[in-house]
Amino acid sequence: MAAISSNLLFISFILYLVATLFFGGSIKDKKTGNEKEGTNRWGKIAVLLTIVGFISQLGYFITRWIAAGHAPVSNMFEFTTFFGMALVGAFIVIYFIYRTTLLGLFTMPVAILVIAYASMFPKDITPLIPALQSYWLHIHVTTAAIGEAILAISFAAGLIYLVKAIDQTKSSKQTFWLEMVMFALVAVLGFVAVSSIFSGMGYHEKFNWIDKHKNEAVVEYTMPAISGPHEGDLLTKGGFSPLFEVPAFINAKKLNTVIWSLMAGLVIYGLIRLILRKRIAAALKPIVKNIKLDFVDEISYRSVLIGFPVFTLGALIFAMIWAQMAWSRFWGWDPKEVWALITWLFYAAFLHLRLSKGWHGEKSAWLAVIGFVIIMFNLVAVNLVIAGLHSYAGS
Amino acid sequence: MNDVKCECGHVNPHGTVLCEACGKELMIGTITDQLIDMRYEGSARRSQTYNKTIIDKIWNFFSSVKVGVWLIIITLVASSLGTILPQEMYIDLPADVYYEQEYGWFGKLYYQLGFNNLYGSWWYLILIAMIGISLVICSLDRVVPLYKALKAQRVTRHEGFLKRQRVFGVNDVVSESDLTVIKKQLKERHYHIREENGDVLAEKGRFSRWGPYVNHVGLIIFLFGGMLRFIPGMYVNEDLWVREGETAIVPETDGQFYLHNNKFILEHYDKNKDKTFEKAINKAGEVVKNYQSNVVLYKRVGQNLPGEKPNLKKIKDYKVRVNLPLQYEGYSVFQASFRNELNKMSFALTNKQTNISNGELTIDLRDPQMKYDLGKGYSVEILNYFPDFEFAKNGEPTTKSRIPNNPAFVFRMVTPDKPKGETSFVAIKQTIEPFGDNRYKMTFKGIETTNVSGFIVRKDSTLWAIILGGIIFMIGVIQGAYWNHRRIWIQNKNGQVWIAAHTNKNWYGLKREIEGVLADTKLSVPIDQAQIEENEKGGV
Repeated sequence: MAAISSNLLFISFILYLVATLFFGGSIKDKKTGNEKEGTNRWGKIAVLLTIVGFISQLGYFITRWIAAGHAPVSNMFEFTTFFGMALVGAFIVIYFIYRTTLLGLFTMPVAILVIAYASMFPKDITPLIPALQSYWLHIHVTTAAIGEAILAISFAAGLIYLVKAIDQTKSSKQTFWLEMVMFALVAVLGFVAVSSIFSGMGYHEKFNWIDKHKNEAVVEYTMPAISGPHEGDLLTKGGFSPLFEVPAFINAKKLNTVIWSLMAGLVIYGLIRLILRKRIAAALKPIVKNIKLDFVDEISYRSVLIGFPVFTLGALIFAMIWAQMAWSRFWGWDPKEVWALITWLFYAAFLHLRLSKGWHGEKSAWLAVIGFVIIMFNLVAVNLVIAGLHSYAGS
Repeated sequence: MNDVKCECGHVNPHGTVLCEACGKELMIGTITDQLIDMRYEGSARRSQTYNKTIIDKIWNFFSSVKVGVWLIIITLVASSLGTILPQEMYIDLPADVYYEQEYGWFGKLYYQLGFNNLYGSWWYLILIAMIGISLVICSLDRVVPLYKALKAQRVTRHEGFLKRQRVFGVNDVVSESDLTVIKKQLKERHYHIREENGDVLAEKGRFSRWGPYVNHVGLIIFLFGGMLRFIPGMYVNEDLWVREGETAIVPETDGQFYLHNNKFILEHYDKNKDKTFEKAINKAGEVVKNYQSNVVLYKRVGQNLPGEKPNLKKIKDYKVRVNLPLQYEGYSVFQASFRNELNKMSFALTNKQTNISNGELTIDLRDPQMKYDLGKGYSVEILNYFPDFEFAKNGEPTTKSRIPNNPAFVFRMVTPDKPKGETSFVAIKQTIEPFGDNRYKMTFKGIETTNVSGFIVRKDSTLWAIILGGIIFMIGVIQGAYWNHRRIWIQNKNGQVWIAAHTNKNWYGLKREIEGVLADTKLSVPIDQAQIEENEKGGV
């Protein structure tokens, strides 16, 4: 059952990739990317592939659930994969409201990156620790992920808006930050690339090091150490010696992964720039030329409106109910809880600015981007860097 | 202050921008944009009208959405600061030691700034309180005039009002049959239709306008619930440790309830049984499957007299597990932790030279006897007992607590050849013979341990407000987010038929709907004037 499950996931991943190509084709082929015309044949195939991929991933989800005996949302791989699936699902729903394939062209790559990122984490089926043994695991985690996914659609729409609206003929703060967003996406690709390469090589090296309590410890690297652990002593023969050492309170291994990912990201980004000979955002501009700004602006806003109640329900209300049962208090200022609150406050501010201060268009699109950054921070950094009660998710 | 009478005859409160009934601009020159600002229907909001007294100023400050958003942003940033390092409730050491020891100068600074208990700090609570005040005032400032304006609105609207709606169009000739079709179409789309002199107002989803105010009410109730916790007795949160086989009074229940711990169970996943998890278990080592305490809950019957054994009535057997607390009369007992405690220690009274044992004794560390008779003239007395032994600063042995973490004894060993007895101080891994060389010693034979279950006893009488607030908030937020307030005006002006439309959000949906409504008529679809503006600016 577990084998069927991973095959289904792989199939859906490939389908998403192919669907993205078709989404690309549907834009080039079409004269105007707007409300009134129906979707062309490329677009129809793309949407069909997306739906088939989604069903395949749903199959992965169900078979893995059967194999594990619990919903596969209990560790980093499972949760992030589910988030990717929710993102595709949210796109399908929004697509059938607004019928624009351009949104698919921007959403699907993000979903693909999310799933690729997820598969860099251990894929073993893990048993549930006592705190997780509750049906609220399924309810809370899935609802929260779906809410975040719908909010992420507003990021994709916001990105389209910014690519179209920002003047690329001269460099400005806007072009810089938009390009940073593009680079961040490329850096995720960099992480996936280096992780896959080194794990494919089976790279390992071990260090003895001194932790912050002055105890000796052993750490195993799966990538050549650029940043070495505190007073590290390389045990593996022929292993790569660190270029520098970090203080004991910094996790050298995680920092090393970040350095490798950024380097790989820079290399990939450099290559892209070399080929395109302009900013990525500038290169994307012709693709979005036919969409109307206020139309994507509305998609972005609608996604927030649809996602916000779902997020509130899943990430705060269901979370509180479960926390009351498992930890005896509905709120305990655990970092993950706080970041869910921060996300919620941010989107609350977004809605108020939009409703009352008239922050439409570009301002609103930037806010959608920042919101997505906060969601990603909660998913990645809070799990991996800030340890807390939710840290089991980081393994 | 004088009310303002509009030319249509409607009397508006002072400060009204657009006539509540017909929408005519009352404050000439206040609107400079080409399109009307339709937020709050141009009604007279207190905050926009009065600014004289100190109360006006406070009201105006808190009624501003700008201030509200700033409060949200400040709270957001402040909250994030508290996640940089663990909060005080999640650390094991005293805060003044922990932060500096673990995180150096940064940790020390963090502690000095009081960020170790950020969410309980006075300034964080003030921030939350200000958000609460802002919620109340913002809502009152808007909801009352908005309600009045929507209630007073008339079907026939002023020309200026219609012309400057975002969606607007003009038709020269309209047949009666077309109008009938339109009305039928609108009704099918669940519009509520009002007519006046041949003018039509179609409206739906007005209740979604109340969504924000409903969810604000929910939030206020939620915050009120959070405040209730500060009232004594509303909130009980106590730790309770109960050893296996023992009964303890449940704290904060006036000695009414007793909890007996039959057994504590700790289970791990077995990789041979749970084959699915084999790989994960191999990587992680041991993974806990279950923490469980089998307990019995008792209730005291009758009055409790000091010194007298309470008369207990069994209420129920329960297996307390994580996620499955024992609940009774508003109290909940949660499985929170456990520890393993020394219970019994065994020694043999041994002749040092021959190493022959002259009998063994087992000491109950919680209830040691004064004297253990080993027969044949051998006996051991306990002169002194330190359950949690350490040397005090003056060099005297002392005990840190009554929990036998590190038991130590002063024994007197009485034997046939030493009838007066020899004294020996025995602690774990050390023996001191204070009065010279002894002939006998106490040889350590073994220990027995017992499990102690750690419970949290909780009573939270504030939950009803939290739950109610949460439910109302969700209703309000869904009401506001998933429905739209749409209005379509079809009116006769200057021998033409004007169509104007407004929605509080989702213009795309509104335009699609109008297209549908007008599809089978000869009327032209009104245009989106905001898009024209955008095009003129060269934004597209």
